[in-house]
Amino acid sequence: MDNLILKIDNISKSFPRVKANKNVTFNIKRNTVHALLGENGAGKSTFVKILYGLLKPDEGQMYFNDHILNVQSPSEARQKKIGMVFQHFSLFDSLTVRENLILGIDTEMSFSSLQKKVNEISEKYELPLDLEAPINTLSAGQKQRVEIVRILLQDPELLIMDEPTSVLTPQEVESLFKTLNTLLKEGRTILYITHKLEEVINLCDEVTILRDGSVIESSKLENETAETLATKMLGKKLSEIKTDYTHIKNKINLKAENLSINFNDPFYTDLKQISFDVKEGEIFGIAGVAGNGQSELMNLLTGEGIEGVSGSLIYNSVNIKNFNPKKRRDMSIAFVPENRLGHSAVPELTLSENILISQFPNNNFISKGMINHRNIDTQAKKVIDEFNVVTPGIDAKASSLSGGNLQKFVIGREILTNPKLLIISHPTWGIDAGAEHAIRKSLIELAKNGTSIIVISQDLDELFEISHRMSVIFNGKLSRSYETRSISVSEIGLLMGGQGID
Amino acid sequence: MINFIPELKARGNPSTVMNFFVPVIAVFLTVITGSIIFALMGFDPIFALHTFFISPISTSYGISELLVKATPLALIAVGLAFCFKNNLYNIGAEGQLTMGAVFGGGIGILFYDTSGFWILPLMILGGAIGGALWGLIPAILKVKFNTNEILTSLMLVYIALLILDYLVVGPWKDPQGYSFPKTRKFGDSGRMPLLFSGLRVHFGIIITLIGIFASWFIFSKTMLGYQLKVTGYSPIASRYAGFSQNYLIYIAFIFSGAFAGIAGLGEVAGPIGLLYRDISPNYGFTAIIVAFLGRLHPIGIIFASLIIALTYLGAEDAQLFMQIPAAVGFVFQGLVLFYLLGAELLVNFKIVFRTNI
Repeated sequence: MDNLILKIDNISKSFPRVKANKNVTFNIKRNTVHALLGENGAGKSTFVKILYGLLKPDEGQMYFNDHILNVQSPSEARQKKIGMVFQHFSLFDSLTVRENLILGIDTEMSFSSLQKKVNEISEKYELPLDLEAPINTLSAGQKQRVEIVRILLQDPELLIMDEPTSVLTPQEVESLFKTLNTLLKEGRTILYITHKLEEVINLCDEVTILRDGSVIESSKLENETAETLATKMLGKKLSEIKTDYTHIKNKINLKAENLSINFNDPFYTDLKQISFDVKEGEIFGIAGVAGNGQSELMNLLTGEGIEGVSGSLIYNSVNIKNFNPKKRRDMSIAFVPENRLGHSAVPELTLSENILISQFPNNNFISKGMINHRNIDTQAKKVIDEFNVVTPGIDAKASSLSGGNLQKFVIGREILTNPKLLIISHPTWGIDAGAEHAIRKSLIELAKNGTSIIVISQDLDELFEISHRMSVIFNGKLSRSYETRSISVSEIGLLMGGQGID
Repeated sequence: MINFIPELKARGNPSTVMNFFVPVIAVFLTVITGSIIFALMGFDPIFALHTFFISPISTSYGISELLVKATPLALIAVGLAFCFKNNLYNIGAEGQLTMGAVFGGGIGILFYDTSGFWILPLMILGGAIGGALWGLIPAILKVKFNTNEILTSLMLVYIALLILDYLVVGPWKDPQGYSFPKTRKFGDSGRMPLLFSGLRVHFGIIITLIGIFASWFIFSKTMLGYQLKVTGYSPIASRYAGFSQNYLIYIAFIFSGAFAGIAGLGEVAGPIGLLYRDISPNYGFTAIIVAFLGRLHPIGIIFASLIIALTYLGAEDAQLFMQIPAAVGFVFQGLVLFYLLGAELLVNFKIVFRTNI
């Protein structure tokens, strides 16, 4: 047991409503790829933040190279040769690659020696970089490359990768794995944080499984299969979801033709000639790497961002392109945007009050400008009951619910209005496995009853699980659509990288 | 050695109890600080506090004066709550008050020698319209040009004061007034009726109570109140809901301006009886403190207006009996706001003492 780089001993950390880490104990061997596997909300991020000096543990101790590790800040962690690549990039969008690299290093370095070092690293690890390019012009994969080079400039012994593939295309993932293998050959150690089983199996030597803040198991990967890992990660087996094509009608519910919008702003993605249609009872998925125009398209479909839009959006033979959200709801279109807190729900208001955010013509919540509190209370209770929302009651503030429960509440609120068309963005983003399963099932159920659903999601597993047809959005353009049962993950992956979209 | 280190810890949820206690804590700390200031000035703090806070309201005349001062403060503050709830920082209530006094008072001057029950209601209406129009200017500028309403509403205060100034030294000057900068007196039909003989408390207090009740009703029972609340908490959620932001900006400023305008008319048609330069001892600005001290809640605003009105009276008594400048009243108002903003932290955070050995 002498060749340990990191020993973690009984780390605990609590937040106001949740114990995020409970006596986390495991060891990481030198020169291995160690996976930290767990569902969203299992406590992985809290743990790495403690390790990297961003949070202080309530209890417990860590030993790095047999010395007590007690870092107060990320820069101290970097000095001790621990580096981390974050899930959400910590780059300055308006600065160039070179400027970002200079800002990221803690020691002073001359321009020319930086250049030399960057070139060395780029060559050795096959990480080509254009130093003069502004960050906002780079793809997610290229941004990650900048992050990795920035960390390698510090020559870390232990490299933490937090969900590195969540924004990458399958092809970019492959090249990332190549880089990680080179790093391993040099004797470095990698702590790889993920919730994707396949990556653990393809890449890692050892695995620690975290569930509800506790270590369920820490072992060599050769003892595990995908099934055993999944069971341990999720805790229980979830029933499988089956897609069914038989109920889809041949009637088109929504048809978008050449939707375009120009923002003249480097922080927005222009939408270019987007065309698609959705049939009654069909779930249409829109895949793509984050930042390729998804939020712009969502705002266009909900009516929240329609200034300057051209083309047409025909719903039941009416062009609704310039309608605001309220007018669209009057036509029985419901929306669930990506963000819960502050977008689809107001955190400071009670669940009951949050019912009123989305008003449809058939619910009797308002008469002559007056709120009918009894009706909204009844409706809130109904949503809570039918969608198993865990909460003390209708008077609980939205902010007091966990992400999964609030999402169930919001989606339930929209589904109970019995919409003819539901537009939903990232339905299961950042929520636990149980809620994720319940939400996907309720979407499929809704489609069976004749509702058309558009799902924008980065989660390919999700789209393959629930959608009947899908397209890929890349750089503001939408690919043609493919039946889910007749396209493979790698084909979608190529589209996500922009190949095959003109 | 053991040290107790105070540490701030985030509460999971905003504390409802603290939400209620924050104003109480602020007033308590203000009184403590005030007595320290008095002590440093060489006064017996108990005597000074008594002079400041107790003796002004120990007579029925004193109570009446308290209500006279609280009447405009509460009405303006509850109007401001329409804006503040919507995160619109209308700092210009003083200007809206002034224009209300000009519009309503102008009617009073026009009919100075006429009598009729309709004159006072017409003046009140004029006050509301004057205030609302003045409030609409920053709203229109914000909607059309995205200007900052803090700056525009504040600048409009000075324009309104100069307009009043021009009128009372120019066209509206009292022909028999020996060139003093004031207008002629309104007729009896243009005055707020007094509620008790010998006391200055007037009909304006009834208008204020109606205004407060109406606001409470709008805030808690109507869709308009809900829309203001949602937009204030989260503009993005409000856009998602499909509420018209521009409409809400206009509505908030119209209510705010109209209430301030009626308060201004209430002053000139109440205790003053004519127009001249100094119709308001900064009621429009002080009402901002009242609105926040009352947590933007109509009932809270009633209590807050009484407390702040007391600082005006206390300052007068302190000047009279202790020879302290009346500006000490503003010091107290400032302290209340200061502690209020500080104590606000306790709604979302709690202080825990950690032992460090």
